[in-house]
Amino acid sequence: MTATPLRPDALASGDVAEITRNDASLRRFLHGLPGVDQVGAEARAAGLGTRSIKTTAKAYALDLAIRMVDLTTLEGADTPGKVRALASKAMRPDPADPDCPAAAAVCVYPDMVGIAKETLGDSGVKVAAVATAFPSGRAAMDIKLADTKDAVEAGADEIDMVIDRGAFLSGRYLQVFEEIAQVRDACGSAHLKVIFETGELQTYDNVRRISWLAMMAGAHFIKTSTGKVQPAATLPVTLVMLEAVRDWRDATGQMIGVKPAGGIRTAKDAIKYLVMVNEIAGPGWLDPDWFRFGASTLLNDLLMQRTKMATGRYSGPDYFTLD
Amino acid sequence: MTFEYAPAPESRSIVDIKASYGLFINGEFVDGHGSSFKTISPSTEEVLAEVAEANEADVDAAVKAARRAYTRVWSKLPGSERAKYLYRIARIIQERGRELAVLESIDNGKPIKETRDVDVPIAAAHFFYYAGWADKLEYSGYGQTPLGVAGQIIPWNFPLLMLAWKIAPALACGNTVVLKPAETTPLTALLFAEICQQADLPPGVVNIVTGAGDTGAALVEHPDVDKVAFTGSTGVGKAIARSVAGSGKLVTLELGGKAANIVFDDAPIDQAVEGIVTGIFFNQGHVCCAGSRLLVQESVAEEVLERLKRRVSSLRIGDPLDKNTDIGAINSAAQLGRIKALADIGEAEGAGRWSPPCDLPTQGFWFPPTIFTGVSQAHRIAREEIFGPVLSVLTFRTPSEAVEKANNTPYGLSAGVWTDKGSRILKIANELRAGVVWANTFNKFDPTSPFGGYKESGYGREGGRHGLAGYLKGGNN
Repeated sequence: MTATPLRPDALASGDVAEITRNDASLRRFLHGLPGVDQVGAEARAAGLGTRSIKTTAKAYALDLAIRMVDLTTLEGADTPGKVRALASKAMRPDPADPDCPAAAAVCVYPDMVGIAKETLGDSGVKVAAVATAFPSGRAAMDIKLADTKDAVEAGADEIDMVIDRGAFLSGRYLQVFEEIAQVRDACGSAHLKVIFETGELQTYDNVRRISWLAMMAGAHFIKTSTGKVQPAATLPVTLVMLEAVRDWRDATGQMIGVKPAGGIRTAKDAIKYLVMVNEIAGPGWLDPDWFRFGASTLLNDLLMQRTKMATGRYSGPDYFTLD
Repeated sequence: MTFEYAPAPESRSIVDIKASYGLFINGEFVDGHGSSFKTISPSTEEVLAEVAEANEADVDAAVKAARRAYTRVWSKLPGSERAKYLYRIARIIQERGRELAVLESIDNGKPIKETRDVDVPIAAAHFFYYAGWADKLEYSGYGQTPLGVAGQIIPWNFPLLMLAWKIAPALACGNTVVLKPAETTPLTALLFAEICQQADLPPGVVNIVTGAGDTGAALVEHPDVDKVAFTGSTGVGKAIARSVAGSGKLVTLELGGKAANIVFDDAPIDQAVEGIVTGIFFNQGHVCCAGSRLLVQESVAEEVLERLKRRVSSLRIGDPLDKNTDIGAINSAAQLGRIKALADIGEAEGAGRWSPPCDLPTQGFWFPPTIFTGVSQAHRIAREEIFGPVLSVLTFRTPSEAVEKANNTPYGLSAGVWTDKGSRILKIANELRAGVVWANTFNKFDPTSPFGGYKESGYGREGGRHGLAGYLKGGNN
């Protein structure tokens, strides 16, 4: 503990270089972060989940959640047709209501970036591409970088990279740090989201450590999961990540985004996340620039609830597009 | 635009508050022979109902009914039969949970979130738990012989829950009871009386006499009461102990506290902050085991305080029936006066006073969550129980200093320890002179866990197997 070079409450830019000087000092820093008590973190997340969001607050939350969706398709069976359909949906989620806001982005594999970009045009909806040998991250570094550059050259606005969980779990923190930093360089002007696959990291202590590691390495966004591993996003994992970005801003003045992904399927769940963003990170994060949902089926439930708010009636699932 | 939570009030229509209430004696509601008093909603000062004030004759009638029920019915029933009634009561509490939660919130001022998620479910759990003991008393270690008639006096901070803590073990062991709820919060006890009728509980097994100090004194001093169980202030507890001395009555007392919540520098800080908030702001700080003294290691004091203030600023204060309310109303004008007086003394004695900016309602009794920094052991706010949302922050340098300061109080009801180091938890917990020590949590209650104090926090235990001792002959040798 005493060897911890710095407390995380006051980080200057030179300090990151000092912390990441070698594996030992990075390890000291990450292991010097305050622990996370599992029972307490889960109780806090559950407590926030009991907030009752009604009427005007619900209408606000539903529209905001729609604007935060990264509409995702990451299947071996993806085709240009499927991606075009998804991109159209992202631009105009509810064909019956032109006032319905657009989603934040579509999230696809790198080879589909061009197709998505072509459909989205200058609509303002971003294209996010998963890269770095998604979802396992098991490839040589030059391949991961080539994967990233390929997506950026095809026009991706955002890159969702995966970390090397094996390296992290075996304690090679500096390797993880350097990989993130290199991918960030390869991103150029594209924004970088760093996927932790928290279902594989398991402990909340690990989630807090990787959050700090990724923020120091230059992530624009930190993201829970690929959606390919269970459990994917959970409220307590997102809580720990929101605490990390809040503390990072306190220490550096810089804001980092958070993206829970996988397993968020209902409007009710999405609203619980927004309550958590509001009360843990703060209202500053209630914006698609700083919080996203990685999801596919969530959008239709948000639309159904939105229509219900407007009309007072539930309409059937057939009134919303399946893509 | 910001995320403003729209009002989300729980509907009051589920409860039917009568204009006036009598006393519950021998299975029915009867008029009292004394005067009456009004119970009000502390969040609005609205008069809710007129309630009978039991005089000595009424208390005598209640004790006689309890004695009759004890001799003729309840002590003769096998434990398995008593258990059926207790299970039935537990289930009705669950079934009528929303009604009880709303009524408790209206009469007490505490947020519906707490009555719904804490008071009512744990009250039901106590009846379930002690129902399970009723036919297994031979394994209790205290024999199976009940004491007789128990006179029970409960406070206003957890009206229904304290009723459950008192009535469930007493009945499971074969005693009958006369219970006096607090004068500011009688309504859920009177609804519980209806539940006893609904459960077909034999008349006289549970009697409820409403009133204030005089009613309580009449109950304590009644010659045919075998056992007195009291939860409330240390001052009244001492008076009760004096009044029953030499009478042969058995007594258990659960009194005040000034618990230390100790945060070490290796604690999980975010969860510790949560625990500090739960420790002192849960139920507006109207909690005898509240963590009202924060002892924080000096090396992390600044960081903890900064985080604590940010967290307290996010607490939502207001309408107790709004499902998003975190902090409700102070229970009475008298209590508010006491809290204000002690807080002013804290300020006058030089401690730093802080409250988040918050708009308090103009009607009703309200006090903002308040933190005092720079408090020393010599300050009155570090020694006296405030029983309100007021936290005194002290610092320490070493574990032994923390223990010394934590134990340096006439009370000893509860304490909290926050550290990631398991060995430290065990060592400190052994050194703390407090009946309950929470580790990396605070204010957690469960019917299986005994609860009670050291020193001026009282004697006797409630909850768990130990809670049977206070209601069985073999537990009082």
